[in-house]
Amino acid sequence: MAVEDRLQKPSHRLDGLGPVIAPGQSFGSVTDKIASIVQTPTTHWGWIVGFGIGFTLVQLLGISVTYLFLKGTYIWGLNIPVGWGLDILNFVWWIGIGHAGTLISAILLLFRQSWRTSINRFAEAMTLFAVACAGMYPVIHTGRPWLAYWLLPYPNTMGMWPNFRSPLIWDVFAVSTYATVSLLFWFVGLIPDLATLRDRSENSVGRTIYGLLAMGWRGSAQHWQRYETAYLLLAALSTPLVLSVHTIVSFDFAVGQVPGWHATVFPPYFVAGAIFAGFAMVMIIAIPLRKFYGLQDFITMRHFDYMGRITLATGLVVGYGYMVETFMAFYSGNKYEIAVMMHRFSGPYAPLYWMLIFCNIVSIQLLWFQRIRSSVGWLFLISIIVSIGMWLERFIIIPVSLSRDFLPSSWGMYYPTFWDWSTFIGTLGLFTMLLFLFIRLLPMISIFEVRTLLPESKVNGGDQS
Amino acid sequence: MSSAHAKKAGDPLVHGLMAEFHTPTELVEAAEQATKAGYVQYDCYTPFPIEELEEAMPHRRSWLPFLVLMGGLIGGLSGFGLAYVTSTITYPLNVGGKPLNSWPAFIPITFECTVLLAALTAVIGMLALNGFPMPYHPVFNEKRFAMASRDRFFLCIESTDPQFDLDETWSFLSRLQPSHLSQVER
Repeated sequence: MAVEDRLQKPSHRLDGLGPVIAPGQSFGSVTDKIASIVQTPTTHWGWIVGFGIGFTLVQLLGISVTYLFLKGTYIWGLNIPVGWGLDILNFVWWIGIGHAGTLISAILLLFRQSWRTSINRFAEAMTLFAVACAGMYPVIHTGRPWLAYWLLPYPNTMGMWPNFRSPLIWDVFAVSTYATVSLLFWFVGLIPDLATLRDRSENSVGRTIYGLLAMGWRGSAQHWQRYETAYLLLAALSTPLVLSVHTIVSFDFAVGQVPGWHATVFPPYFVAGAIFAGFAMVMIIAIPLRKFYGLQDFITMRHFDYMGRITLATGLVVGYGYMVETFMAFYSGNKYEIAVMMHRFSGPYAPLYWMLIFCNIVSIQLLWFQRIRSSVGWLFLISIIVSIGMWLERFIIIPVSLSRDFLPSSWGMYYPTFWDWSTFIGTLGLFTMLLFLFIRLLPMISIFEVRTLLPESKVNGGDQS
Repeated sequence: MSSAHAKKAGDPLVHGLMAEFHTPTELVEAAEQATKAGYVQYDCYTPFPIEELEEAMPHRRSWLPFLVLMGGLIGGLSGFGLAYVTSTITYPLNVGGKPLNSWPAFIPITFECTVLLAALTAVIGMLALNGFPMPYHPVFNEKRFAMASRDRFFLCIESTDPQFDLDETWSFLSRLQPSHLSQVER
């Protein structure tokens, strides 16, 4: 009991990080603070600028995709041998970013890490928007996106079915399941807060919209019981799901026999890389949000310290992945594998490889120091470096491996074109725009879960009678 | 408060009597008292889940975990079935000389379908068992109930309870010293 008590009250710990929620808050004050960000008639100019930037870039995405549909995928820098370029790279990068959201919402819930509560809502939103950006890529990559439904198994007059032995069809199932379950998880988490917004609404529009979405939630004890059961089951289902998604994404490469792809270390190393990139993105979003909306009481330095530690730990796993990849190439004695490795170290793309090593291995070593982990400026900088590093990692794995096939006669170079970049920047805009809309329309921190973090939420002051 | 006595006991227009508390501890004690007094048709409304209420209130087992298990099993079997039937019977395709029923390759599909159907069952099952979407419920007739999603804790003894009597239940609830007590119209 005493030990458990200490664990549940982080402020009693002796690491000097302070509590998960700053003292002095009450049920009413947390409700007002979080809900008033949404329920205010005034929109801050900063929001308008941020949303405007996102919206403008979405127009660029629209133009890029329209031109692509008119002309075909040759407008990208794709060629033979490099048939998978920035399109597939960005698919893997975006979907990896989503993984941190599910880790925070599901895995940390199962591990009873109560600090997750203030960051899980927007991390889940980040997951959804990242998956939306990711999901678009394989569809436009098909070149004939109006036939993308051919990916799905459905009875058709041609009598054909997808090849269920192919990792590409596994991907269709994994990504669509992941998107659906992430949406469900996010929505279920929102229901009680939507009821709060409904009850706080002063105008009929808000009451109607939030009321419809809350579906009549009234906080009944029996409903809460089923709700908690459903939420826990969803977390238990999402945990293996999130691990499976990036595993299956890595199968897209590992099952193929291209040198540089065909490695058994890929699944764990991809999953770790996904969480690594995702936590970096959570910090990139959380640091400005916290400052801008004055959420220092909810997203405390303890959160950043923990996120810094997870980033470091997963980054080290990724570093281990690089080591194993290199070691196995030489240990296998396979000349093609060795050639691809040497190509990475000293070929035309070598500067990118060494930049990747700097971003993903060297820079994160700073996170060993608590001084760095307690400085949001440093964390923001490292997060940006990590995001770039993880993007470079996928560049090194996907197009660089393809550029050196088995036969020297089929070697080639890949240079992204304007349209490659404009599509990528367009998806960054889509992500930004959706995130800004979310912040304005829905509570970005789970209100009801934050209430449970307050000491007054405990019956009899937390003593089990 | 006087309006509570305007209507007779067993009035079909009365949903129940609602007591309001300021802390979860008071609510859990009130629920324990209500159970002890023999009330069964009552409900508690809180702004966040309170585990202790489960023990304090008459307990009903939830079907949800069983439904989710069934959803998962059906999902997994249909996922595998889809891959098996299409790859071996309706569209046999020889890929690198592998056996038609190359079941290890069907596991990812099986797994994803298991998770998908189990998750859909968990959410739809939870909503359906809770009776959502529910456009109307009498408790919302009480103006103060808006605070149930904020910082107040409510206990409502419903008129369908066999032991419900407007006067007696009213005096029972007032003995629990709620911060506010009211009659909820249907």
